Parts: sequence; structure tokens; C-alpha cells
Amino acid sequence: MSLHNIEETYDAVVIGAGHAGCEAALALARLGFETILFTVSVESIALMPCNPNIGGSSKGHLVRELDALGGEMGKNIDRTFIQSKMLNISKGPAVHSLRAQADKQDYTRRMRNVIESQDHLTVRQQEVAEIITETDGEHQVITGVKSVSGAVYHAKAVVLCSGVYLKARCIYGDVSQYTGPNGLMAANNLSASLLSHGVKLVRFKTGTPARIDARSIDFSKMAEQKGDERIVPFSFSTNPEDVQIDQVSCWLTYTNEETHRVIRENIDRSPLYGGVIHATGPRYCPSIEDKVMKFPDKDRHQVFIEPEGRYTREMYIDGMSSSMPEDVQFAMYRSVPGLENAKIVRNAYAIEYDCLAPKQLKSSLEFKEISGFFSAGQVNGSSGYEEAAAQGLVAGINAANYMRGKDPLVILRSEGYIGVLIDDLVTKENHEPYRMMTSRAEYRLLLRQDNADIRLRRYGYEAGLISGEEMQKLLTMEREIADEIARVKTVSVGPTAEVQALLESKGSTPLVSGAALVELIRRPELSYDDLALIDPGRPALSARVREQVNIEIKYEGYIARQERQVAQFAKTEKKRIPADIDYDDVKSLRLEARQKLMDFRPETLGQASRISGVTPADVNVLYVYLKQHHM
Amino acid sequence: MKDTIAAIASGLTASGIGIVRISGPEAFVVLERIFRFADSRKNLREVKPNTIHYGFIFDENEKLDEVLIMLMRAPHTYTAEDTVEIDCHGGIYVMQKILALVLRNGARLAEPGEFTKRAFLNGRIDLSEAEAVMDVIASGSDDALESSLMQLGGSVRRVVEDARERIIAEAAFIEAALDDPEHMDLTGYSEALYERVRTLRDELVSFAGTFDQGKILREGIATVILGKPNAGKSSLLNCLTGEERAIVTDIAGTTRDTLEENIRLGGMMLRVADTAGIRATDDVIEKIGVERALKMAGHADLILALFDSSLPLTDEDEEILRFIEDKKALILLNKTDLAPVTTAAVLKERVRKPVIEISAKMHEGIDALEKSVRELFFSGGLHINEQAVMTNARHREAVNEAVKSLSFVMESIENGLPEDFYTVDLMDAYASLGKIIGQEVGDDIIDAVFSRFCMGK
Repeated sequence: MSLHNIEETYDAVVIGAGHAGCEAALALARLGFETILFTVSVESIALMPCNPNIGGSSKGHLVRELDALGGEMGKNIDRTFIQSKMLNISKGPAVHSLRAQADKQDYTRRMRNVIESQDHLTVRQQEVAEIITETDGEHQVITGVKSVSGAVYHAKAVVLCSGVYLKARCIYGDVSQYTGPNGLMAANNLSASLLSHGVKLVRFKTGTPARIDARSIDFSKMAEQKGDERIVPFSFSTNPEDVQIDQVSCWLTYTNEETHRVIRENIDRSPLYGGVIHATGPRYCPSIEDKVMKFPDKDRHQVFIEPEGRYTREMYIDGMSSSMPEDVQFAMYRSVPGLENAKIVRNAYAIEYDCLAPKQLKSSLEFKEISGFFSAGQVNGSSGYEEAAAQGLVAGINAANYMRGKDPLVILRSEGYIGVLIDDLVTKENHEPYRMMTSRAEYRLLLRQDNADIRLRRYGYEAGLISGEEMQKLLTMEREIADEIARVKTVSVGPTAEVQALLESKGSTPLVSGAALVELIRRPELSYDDLALIDPGRPALSARVREQVNIEIKYEGYIARQERQVAQFAKTEKKRIPADIDYDDVKSLRLEARQKLMDFRPETLGQASRISGVTPADVNVLYVYLKQHHM
Repeated sequence: MKDTIAAIASGLTASGIGIVRISGPEAFVVLERIFRFADSRKNLREVKPNTIHYGFIFDENEKLDEVLIMLMRAPHTYTAEDTVEIDCHGGIYVMQKILALVLRNGARLAEPGEFTKRAFLNGRIDLSEAEAVMDVIASGSDDALESSLMQLGGSVRRVVEDARERIIAEAAFIEAALDDPEHMDLTGYSEALYERVRTLRDELVSFAGTFDQGKILREGIATVILGKPNAGKSSLLNCLTGEERAIVTDIAGTTRDTLEENIRLGGMMLRVADTAGIRATDDVIEKIGVERALKMAGHADLILALFDSSLPLTDEDEEILRFIEDKKALILLNKTDLAPVTTAAVLKERVRKPVIEISAKMHEGIDALEKSVRELFFSGGLHINEQAVMTNARHREAVNEAVKSLSFVMESIENGLPEDFYTVDLMDAYASLGKIIGQEVGDDIIDAVFSRFCMGK
């Protein structure tokens, strides 16, 4: 043994302390596993290097689900937000989505405190350079990692959460710097080690807009965007009274013809259009030059000016990410009303980085070819803090399950957005950073942000991250909901003066004869709460129970229809494909399907059906083969 | 394991050239055992694929026929398997002998439609194409053939693709607005959507309606001729079948224990029930009784009610008139070559049915009959090759599902439900229609959102 190098032993190693790494490390440590969390900079724990918000359409769902499972992100934003809004409130409950503006520094500081206070968790500022495996037959098993300084950390499980740091390169104009976000050190060594262990890497890009000094902005030319009057917390365990704070405002302005002219005239100087950047960027967060070039008919684009925190004057220019040269950036930002005299604090830039093709992972986020090695977050080709955190939590739980010999936690597409996210990542060819969207969830009427705990809390409890007391609370709530739905189906009201007056006041048709309360709740203009006055037998119930009763009744038909679809879906989902199946032996598969199946190696028939290039006919052929061979 | 199959691909009729097709991994091996090149220097293992060669089929040392063989290598064949076609002289006897030889040398007799089934399973063709091929195989008339060929070429596909495109355009707009609510406003959208969904739904309803026409095209129009003795039933039948007697075949009905005769009328096919009996003697009605004739007529697609214009209406005629009142029927006023007693005007007064004056004996009025049948079953102006006609029950089922989903969308709008509910049903409709052309939904909605709308703050 060398005396020069450090050698330590842990249960688990987590590489990277971003949103995925924090959740993975906390889950492991909370489940009692000695865990070491590596970061290139302790100051950058849970850093928000891009947009200053958590949640938003469908991302809010992810945070809710993560909270239901015992994750930290929801609690952290509840304590560090500076503005909050429930989006889509005029739409159906399935697409209501919470979004909070964060005080970025507060968010980071508070999460760092949670991490540093956690038992069984060690933080180490060090670059991990290699993963170490042993070979078991043809298969590899992870045994630890090695730092850039040569220190060896033995572990039974390793979770890779390297975000955008692998061989990161930041670019604007002809300036190109080999750093991670915010000038932080990139991780330049690990890629080679991953490749040598057979991990396939791809290169993605994303970008961020400029930050501008608030003193140089004329807010009078912009529309103020305030938060909600009544704030709803993210976490199911946060007391709603604790989050009713004084909020800050965001501001809305627009690009114009002049902005677009500046961009068009300088497009040859764009690294994206000039060919300097080859990596694939997200369609969801296009740079302003992409928006202008791809949608030439649009004469303006929205620009939101959002504070980065309470104790900084930096404002985030949402909607204008760019990799244009510095002088073009000044010209284009200053063409926007209110930004005429803008002083840029940080330039906009694009970042490209190594990430892995997630088809190499199982639904548990463990590598198919390396036991005990898990991967989560942006390194899996996703984008967004919430997507990262959700994967981090699942990878953390599954690394723990791996060590304690439990079955992995796999959330189905019909159970949660987290299930949709991970299933999409591991079964679909991903050509851009993956962002969650409600339209990706085929059973979204069931996957609401309001019932995330009802859907998923028991999994958190089974994993050991949710206490018995919290689980009891949920069971009590579920019983109250069921009892109350049963009650309003049996209680009727007649056309009394009191009832008719209430109906009239809500613009609802008067009764001609008796009606069950449930029928009145179904009327679009009425709700469960509206009927309190004419329902004297009503028990005292919490706001959450009342909300669930109202939704379950109002949308009963739709919910039942989706539940039937889920039952249909469950059939192929449960049909497992043996890991050692020889696709060459399945004769009637088309060549393309055979190649795709060999490439992805789906775990179930359901997954196989979602691989592009695998047709329903191929799935039938495969099904028949499995039957014939009693698999 | 896939085996190798063979069949006579050209149909079992006497014609100039017959084709025996062999498909499967052993196709070339089977051929090698029975084929000799005319040019003895050639070797089956060395000739290029997708080539045609001249030679002979030998059974041991007996030369069976002089043939051309076409060699096609997987996957670029109809079945996506190795395929051999033997073009032989078309006599039924020769073809059957060659087929028997092929079967003795390692191939198995293909089940009906098995080549197409393999083409589908091997991903060569999509479901609607596969089913159209099956229809071609089974089709009994020119119009059916035309319609099958149109499906292959994609007339059903075009209708389906157009509908799907319209659906996803709406869904993408809603989804984009849900994803970016601070950017896109849905105010007033649902009213406009309602109208567009209704239009589309109505179109799909009438598209589904073409299935009945499709069925008639494929299976023929089940027809019963009613008429009192001596009204001219047998002369009508002879008149209808006369010129095309050569292709008329008597086939024992499989579903009913009666004889049917297939008669071509224009491009349509009439399946006339129990006609053998009618033709045998005009007195047959008396034998089997009017009652039984009426019972059969009750199940028919079409009743041709025959009246004798040279005689006054009898009780039997009256009974027939009452019977056809609520049925799909045409009145044929026969014997216009004789002095009229019962006129078209008289009959028109009695029952609201088209009256066609014919003379079965003189072969007059048959064009008018054909026109009326066409009017009755294909709503007048419709000409079959101008419209996509559905000939497949699975397609109709899928369209009906889509119609149901679109009705749900309308219901949701009527009930004031929010927009996110619409997309769920819109995408269900999209998925149902996709089944017809074998298309999955996949990431279509995401791609549609991004390609149409500038997303992202």
C-alpha cells in the first residue's frame, strides 16, 4: 500500500453537489449509509447558475413529487423564495403548477447548511478523476472512485451527478473558456475514465442570459409582475402560514425590430451559427438568436426581468440567453425598452459539456453494465434544477436499495412525472437537453400537483425517508377524503328557499326537485366549498381534504377514463423482458427494431413499445416470442 | 423459426401466365432442387439477386414446364424475406403440379394472406396497406378492386393524415399555452375550437359511413328478386347474367344453406339469393311459398320487386308492395314491350320507391337499373375512385373511437371545462386514427409544440 495517497472507505460516493447530488447524498445519508459528497467548490453546493426560479409548468409537479418521496428541494425553496405564483390557475387542476422566484444565495446557503448538518454525510472539495470497478465475468461492479490527487475512496455504490461540469466549455463570441458555469472549475478528467469503462458520452449545450445591474434599468417602461396574494408552499410538510411573506416583483418587457435587426446583422458572428458550437441545444430554452432566426415572423419576444435575490442588484434577463459577442450583447440588450442604459454585470454565454446517453441506464438509474454505479441529473441529458433533483433522489434511494438488497424504486409513467421523466430518458433517443412538460405525461389528469403525496408518499415511506407519523397523517387524510365523497353522494337537498337562494347567488339553475350534493358539486359554476351553507351535516375538514373531494367529484368521469387507460397500459408495463434475451433469435423482428432493442435493452414490453423505431408489429412479434419461450 | 411458404400467386384461373411464389429462408434452396437453367453454365448460388432467368422445372428427370424465375433477396422483397417467383405456363394443371413439387421439396403451403401477413410482421407494409392487400385478394368486383388499390396508394391514409394534422395543430396550441401561460392566451379559443372539432367529427362520421359501402363493394349486394309467378324473374336473371355467363359461378353459400349467384352490374356485384331455384321454374314461389321468399328478402341489402305491367295488380303484388315499404328496394316494371295495364304512375302512388321500366326479354332498362342501384348504395353522385372508402372493420372501429373522443372534446367545451381537458381527448382521437396507418403517438405533440411555437422565456 502506498503511504503517499489517502485511502478511505465509505458506503457511497456522490460525485457533484448540484441539485441531483444534494438529493442523492441526503437520501443515502438519511438512510444511514456513510456517504461522501464531492464538489469542485463547496460554495457552489446547490448552485443555481441559470434561472432564479424553482418550479413552473410541470416542473412544479416534479418538486411536489420529490417532496412526497422525502426529498429536500421543496422544503428548501419554501424557506428561500422571494416571490411565488401558481400558474395556470384558470385551467384545470392537473396543470396548476407552482413556480417560485428564489433568492439564489439563500437557496444555496440553506441547502449547504442542511448538507453540512446531516449525519453520515461528509463533504469534500475535490475533483473525482476516475471511477474504479472490478470485473465479475463480463460484468463490471463499482468499487469506488479516485480523486485527481490520487486519493482512493472505496464504496459499494457511486452516484454520478456531474451536471454540466464534464469537459465544460463556456462560449460567447470568439471567447471560449474551459470552465464550468460562473467560471467554476470544470471536471476535465472523469470523461476519459467513463469512456474507458465503456460509458458512451455525447455533447450537449445550453445557455444563460446576461445579468444586468438593476440601477441601470428603467422599470417604468416595463409591466410589473407580482406574486400571488395567497401563497401555496411547495412542501407538503410546510405550514402554509409560514410562507406568507413580502414578495419582490418581476418585470415584463419585449424585444423589438431593432433587437432583431442587431441579431440578424451579426448572425455570422454567433458561435452557434458560425459553427463554433456543434453540440445540441434545447428547443425549450432557445437563445434569442435562435428565436429570431427560426421564427422570423414574430415581431417581438417576451423578456422577463427577474431579481437574483434580495441582497444583490443583479437582474436575470429571462428570454434572452445568447452566445453573441460582447459588443453585440450590449447592442441587443440596450435595444429593449427599459434596458437602454443597461450595465451588464455578467455576459450571456453558452456552455457545452459531456453527458451520457441515458439509454445505458436502467429505470433505477443504475448503469446496465456497471453494478452499483448510478447516474442522475444533467449528466443524464436532462435540463433544469427540478429534473436533476428528482433523478438525484431516485438514484440516491436506489443506490441505498442496491446496498440493502431491496428492489429498486421505479415510478411508473402512470404514477408520477418523475416516472415519465426517467422512462423518457432511458427509452427515448434524446437529441437535446430533456425538459419536463405536462404534455409528456399521458395520464396527467391523475398526476396532479395537489395529489402528489397521495400518489407517492408510500414509496417514500417504504424507502425509509418518510416517517411513520407522516405516513399516518396521509392515511388519515385519504380516509377522510373517501368518507366525505361517500357522504355527499348520499346526502340530498330539496328546492328550499335557502338552497335556491344559494344557487341563484352563484348563477346556477334552481332545483326543481331534490338533488344529491354530489350533483351540485359537479356543476361547473359550483364547488364543494360553495355548498357549506346548505350542508349542515358537513364535518370539519382540512383545506387539502376539501380540495381533493372537490376535484375527485368534479372530474370523476375524466379521472375514471384515465384510470381505465392506466389499467390497459399496466398490462404491457408488467411484462418483463429477460436481461439476457438474444434478439438475434427473435426472427421476425425488423432490422431497425432489432438494432434498437439491442441498443436500449428495455426492461419491459412497455418500455420496448416506447422506443422509436420499434413498431407495434415488432412489439407483437416480441410478445409472441416471450410467450413461446415461456419468458 | 420461420418456415418457407409457397402458393400459386396468380389465382387459380386459366390464364396466359401463372405465378408460383416461394418465400422464406429456404426459398432459394427449394428452387435449387427443382430448377435447371437453360444456360447450363449458370449457377443459382452465383447469380445476382433481383434478376430474371430462363430455364426449366424438373421433377426428378421429368421436365414439367419451361419457365422464367425471378430471384429476390431479403429484405428488399414484398415479404422482406428471400423470395422466388416462378412464371410458368398458366394452365391450372401445370401450376398445381409445380406447386406440389415445391411443397415436396421443403416449402409449406401458404395460408390465405400469409405472404401479406409476413410483409406486415416484417415491417414491410403498414396495417392499412396489409388489409387493403387482403381485400384485393378477396375482392369480387371491379369497384372493390379499385377501392383496395386506392387504399394501398393511400386514399385512406390521406384522409387519416389530414385529420391527424388538424387535431395535433389544436393540441399543440393548447399545450404550448399551458406550458407558457404568461406568453400565450387561450381567451375565446374554445368557441373556435368547438366549431372546428365539430366539422372534423362530422367528416369522420361520414368517413366511417363509407364502411357500409366498402362492405358492399367487397362482398357484393345481397339481393332478392320478389315477384309473383310469371312476373319475369327468370328472364330478368338471364338478362342480367346472360352476357357475362362465362364468369358467373355458382357457389354454395357458406353462411346460408342456399345457392347464390354473383351478377356483375356495372362495376358492382349483386349476390342474388336462391336464384338457381328461381331460374329453374317461375313457379318456385308457389312451391316455397311467398312467406319464405319474404323472409329471405327481409335480410337482403336490396330487393328487386318485379311487377308485370301487362296485368293488373294482384293480391300477391299488394303484399309485396306493403312488404317493401320500409326496405331498400327498387320497383321493376317489366314487360314494357307489351301493352301497359299497370303503369309507373300507379305504382309510384302506392309506394315511395324508384320505379324502373324494363323489358327483361328485350334487355331494355338495364342501364337505368344500374344507375338506380348506384344511387341507392353510393348516394348518387359518388364515384368510387373519387373518395376514400373504408373496407376494413378495424379502420371503422378506429374512426368511431376518434369520433367518440372528439365528441368528448365538444362535451368538455359545452360543460365549460378548462382547456387542458381538451387535449387529453384530442390526443386520444389522434392515437385512434394513428392505429389505422400504424403510427404511434410518440413525441409528436412535443415536436409539434416546438416546431410551431417559439417556446421558452
